[in-house]
Amino acid sequence: MSRQGVGAPVLRKEDGRFLRGRGRYVGDIAFPGMREVAFLRSPVAHGIIRAITKPQGYEAQVFTWADLEGVQPIRAPSSLPGFRKSDQYPLAHGRVRQVGEPIAMVMAATRAEAEDIAEMIGLDIEELPAATDMLAHRAGPPIHENWPDNVVLHTLVDDDISDVAAPIVVRRQLRTARQHMAPMEGRGVVVRWDERMEQLEMHSSSQMVHVTKTGLAECLGLPEAAVRIIAPDVGGGFGYKGILLQEEVAMGWLARRLGGTALRWIEDRREALSAQANCREHHYDIAVHADHDGRILAIDCEAHVDSGAYSAYPFSACLEAAQVASILPGPYVVPRYRCRTWSVATNKAPILPYRGVARTGVCYALETTLDAVARQAGISPVELRLRNLPGPEAMPYINITNKIFDSGDYPEALRRAADAVDAAGFPARQAAARAEGRLIGLGFAVFCEQGAHGTSVYHGWGIPFVPGAEAAQVRLTPDGGLEVRVGVQNHGQGMETTLAQVAHELLGMPLDRIRIIHGDTALTPYSTGTWGSRSAVMAGGAVGDACALLRERVLAIGAHLLQAEHVEYRDGAIHAGAASVPVAEIARIFHRAPQQLPPEMQTQSLEVTLGHKTVRDTGTFSYAAHAVEAEVDAATGQVKLRRYLIVEDGGVLLNPLVADGQVLGGAAQGIGTALYEEMPFDTAGQPLASTFVDYLLPGAGEVPDIEILHMETPSPISRFGQKGIGESGAIGPPAAIVNAINDAIAHLGREVTDIPATPERILAALA
Amino acid sequence: MKPVAFDYAPAETLAGALAALAAPGAKPLSGGQSLAPTMNLRLVRPATLVDVKPLPGLRDALETPTGLRLGAAITHAEIEDGAVPDVTCGFLAHVARGIAYRAVRNRGTIGGSLCHADPAADWPSCMAALNATMIVAGQGGERRIPAREWMRAPFVTALAAGEILLAVEIPRLPPGSRWGYAKINRKVGEFAKALGVALPGVLLAGAIEGPPALLGSLDDLPPGLDAQHRQLAAVAVTRAAAMRDAA
Repeated sequence: MSRQGVGAPVLRKEDGRFLRGRGRYVGDIAFPGMREVAFLRSPVAHGIIRAITKPQGYEAQVFTWADLEGVQPIRAPSSLPGFRKSDQYPLAHGRVRQVGEPIAMVMAATRAEAEDIAEMIGLDIEELPAATDMLAHRAGPPIHENWPDNVVLHTLVDDDISDVAAPIVVRRQLRTARQHMAPMEGRGVVVRWDERMEQLEMHSSSQMVHVTKTGLAECLGLPEAAVRIIAPDVGGGFGYKGILLQEEVAMGWLARRLGGTALRWIEDRREALSAQANCREHHYDIAVHADHDGRILAIDCEAHVDSGAYSAYPFSACLEAAQVASILPGPYVVPRYRCRTWSVATNKAPILPYRGVARTGVCYALETTLDAVARQAGISPVELRLRNLPGPEAMPYINITNKIFDSGDYPEALRRAADAVDAAGFPARQAAARAEGRLIGLGFAVFCEQGAHGTSVYHGWGIPFVPGAEAAQVRLTPDGGLEVRVGVQNHGQGMETTLAQVAHELLGMPLDRIRIIHGDTALTPYSTGTWGSRSAVMAGGAVGDACALLRERVLAIGAHLLQAEHVEYRDGAIHAGAASVPVAEIARIFHRAPQQLPPEMQTQSLEVTLGHKTVRDTGTFSYAAHAVEAEVDAATGQVKLRRYLIVEDGGVLLNPLVADGQVLGGAAQGIGTALYEEMPFDTAGQPLASTFVDYLLPGAGEVPDIEILHMETPSPISRFGQKGIGESGAIGPPAAIVNAINDAIAHLGREVTDIPATPERILAALA
Repeated sequence: MKPVAFDYAPAETLAGALAALAAPGAKPLSGGQSLAPTMNLRLVRPATLVDVKPLPGLRDALETPTGLRLGAAITHAEIEDGAVPDVTCGFLAHVARGIAYRAVRNRGTIGGSLCHADPAADWPSCMAALNATMIVAGQGGERRIPAREWMRAPFVTALAAGEILLAVEIPRLPPGSRWGYAKINRKVGEFAKALGVALPGVLLAGAIEGPPALLGSLDDLPPGLDAQHRQLAAVAVTRAAAMRDAA
């Protein structure tokens, strides 16, 4: 393996510009005469709009749905049977169904003036009762006029398990809070109509520019060729930017109408927090049936997912619940399984899939319940899991929901984690701490992460944008450099480095001669973008395939030039015995002196676009074991994470440093889910945390040094054996941390069931 | 969000600043670390911000025979960094280090914090514990207000409309004095859920949703506190005392 190729721990190419403040985000983009946009947003969670009155003198700067002639609402229907459709209007039409829903768009010279005008708009809304609780309001009153209740979709994995006679049945009711994803850079749009290109040119902080382009063209009634979306540097996505925005549609309409004047809207924290707490809210009623030895006999679960008011494009209002049903059995051998799910519409922001998607909640529900089983069976949580995980000899293992775990040694990951934190010696340390009046606990979570799953899986989950092959385009330039164009988006994952490493692996030019181009629909192959832990596997595979074909063509030219039959591609040159010709010379001859080549070689372009699919499209399965030692302050309810260790198997790592970064960042977010982040709502549907004073994110002081141990079992289905791990870090922490908390307080007969495990909840559990 | 349009008037003289503050809708500006965010949220809409930082003496820290006179526009960071004389055996620097995060401390001032009078903030409680004195100027001249009478209610102080806090006089702690400080908050730098201050002969509970309370013992916590606040305040004071009394 070469020093810069697959597996090399090289520093990230893109960090130079980020660290020197030379990145360019949507907020850095400006055009002469650009106008600023502000949105008047609904102050209530649910209501009928009786009147919107534009302020006198500003009529030409204020736009409502009535003005948006020819615009279609955003529609993201699931293909799953029984799914109830809803239309999301770019500006509210008739009703508002969440606080923060855009009602009017205001354009002015400055953002402050636009906000001044927005304040003057007259708004007459007849407030309706709000559906705020997915359990209490599932039956209604319906928030959509033609629905009988608030059920977006009901699913049932209907194995009748009433014949299972288990000596141990542990049932828990658990709740996870609604969260806001809080990328460092919020959303933002700069858009103008390009008169020369007759094209809408939109800069947006997006993680899926092509999907946005398709959706925007549909809503605006434009041919796709008349829309170009550019995502410059993007300061974090996490799913928050995997969406066609109402703001994009409304501003696209206005920019088209204005002719050439650019418009800018930059989401601020308050509108983000109050209008976009859009993920993670689940409720589980779960029962695990086990034998005396702690072997799982059956899992029975009823799960609710709060889907919010509309079906967001493209992932729909029921992706998450559909995923819950299919992944709840986790990494384990589960003989019998019954699961009923409800996706429930409420007067909150439409649900978006946040890093980990349903996996974080599912892992929390199953893993905390398993710890309760272990306590009842009188065995350690580690031992219980070892008895239920499929062994390496079982791989590939097909689980009860027909997931194909592709490779690995799940028990070994847990054993390594347990050994690393000295789980065997922990009871003695715990007893010693208790003798000093301190409560410490050790918690584990084991899970697998299906990533880079493709057509068949997403078709089965009903989303209206099913991913197919992922394409990459590679071009050998006349100077011997390489340009790589991909439709995925790099918003922090280090892809400008890892994808270059893939190209280097096949073509050998140094990383600084390989340029990754992304984030522009005009420059890159069509793609569903970056989400679902898919880019390293899918775009990495595509770059690999395209480079392999390019390599064959370069070899052929080299053989011709060297007049040799047997040639070798090595160190950036083609060799035949002692003779060689550098790749750069081949590039020069192909592009600038083609007369030296036979005609059939001249038409074999050194620019290759190829689509890639994995061997099976059922996904790679990375897996991990998280181990946490936590201390609970019984007087204040506060939790201190004394140690955090992760054993992770991401298959062949394209770059171990980048993989570590992904796991660490995810784990920090998972710590937020476990202990800090929560958007409460009052009974009227008002979000109660509209600034970071009230919505707490973990900071440097709250995230401990996280130790990562890697296993590297190659995936049999991906190009290099790599597995998707982009979300992994965010999946395990709530389960592992709450298991540690519960381990610390279990001897008192107490347990935490809801997250985040705030001091208030812990004091209540201890009271 | 952006603030409503306002005028910015940097003060040159005390008389000028007092005159400017007498105008309707005028508000003094110091570090702006609480005021600016609330203006951005349009919860506060001053017509004019009178920037008091340039006033003579507001950026001075003078050691006196009895202690320290800290100009109101001295920043938390300057106290943290030891850029002002230490008359409290390191207590003030320790407290400053735990206020919000460094970017806030670089701009936020002790006077601004005292005038904002958020009960969860550090300085109102610490100044009361130290028995400091506020030096305040108004149209009628200067007056002195004991820190223990400063906060009347959350976000309400003894400062009258149109007055400016010039400085705070902090009495010197005897050399070698031990102190304890306990702040219960959910994350580093976050506003406190409860504060405990222990100085020689002084115990004080702060961040109790009202003015800080001097205590003879834990039994003296204000009767209106709900159970959880009472528990946290008791924990904070107990831990502060333990820190002070540790060998």
